[in-house]
Amino acid sequence: MISLKLKYFARYREALGLSEENLEVEQTCLVTDVIKLLADRNGKWKEIFSQNGKLLVAVNHELVSIQYSLQDGDELAFYPPVSGG
Amino acid sequence: MFLDIKIQAEDFSLDQQIEKLKSQCTDTGAINAFVGLVREKGINGESLRFLEIEHYPGMSEKQIAIHVAEAEKRWPLLAVSITHRIGQIKVGEQIVSVVVASEHRREAFEACEFIMDYLKTNAPFWKKQVSDENEIWIETGDENFARLKKWN
Repeated sequence: MISLKLKYFARYREALGLSEENLEVEQTCLVTDVIKLLADRNGKWKEIFSQNGKLLVAVNHELVSIQYSLQDGDELAFYPPVSGG
Repeated sequence: MFLDIKIQAEDFSLDQQIEKLKSQCTDTGAINAFVGLVREKGINGESLRFLEIEHYPGMSEKQIAIHVAEAEKRWPLLAVSITHRIGQIKVGEQIVSVVVASEHRREAFEACEFIMDYLKTNAPFWKKQVSDENEIWIETGDENFARLKKWN
């Protein structure tokens, strides 16, 4: 197993009522596998993590695709389209 | 090149930022400064009470610095100062500033616009507009993504 830190931002954080958590997953795990795990929690989780397109994912502060392969200690951030400036 | 990136709740002084850039290099012949403010009118025409801005600490500073480095490859810049506020910001208050110093005006104008276009479309910041009627998380409009094509 490997250990990941998950972070949620903006309207996702608000809808889920959670800003971060730790998650243990199988050794060989892609971002898309984590998304499936989270979508299985149902309710708001299913709504946010079953969508296509709008969900952005960063690993260790870099945007990645859902095929990115995770390693022990990685920090994953899930967030909606940005609106800074 | 001198680079100053600040993400903070408190307001900032544009005069102080310009003075700081002026003091960095005597070759500076142009400074271009952009300031973004909170408008009263919301996305559906409602009157805002304030904006609430959130960011991803660690990632936002790092990604802004990477993008400034990209600007530096394109234009000969002498100094850049970027300040982005977070938390509650009232109507009329300052949200963000991008100040760029260079030898000549063209690169200061263009790099400032390039950095702002990035902040609008890619930097991990989110705005929530709060009015008496509702609270709405804002997403950057398509027009901002269209503007990025200019830099390809």
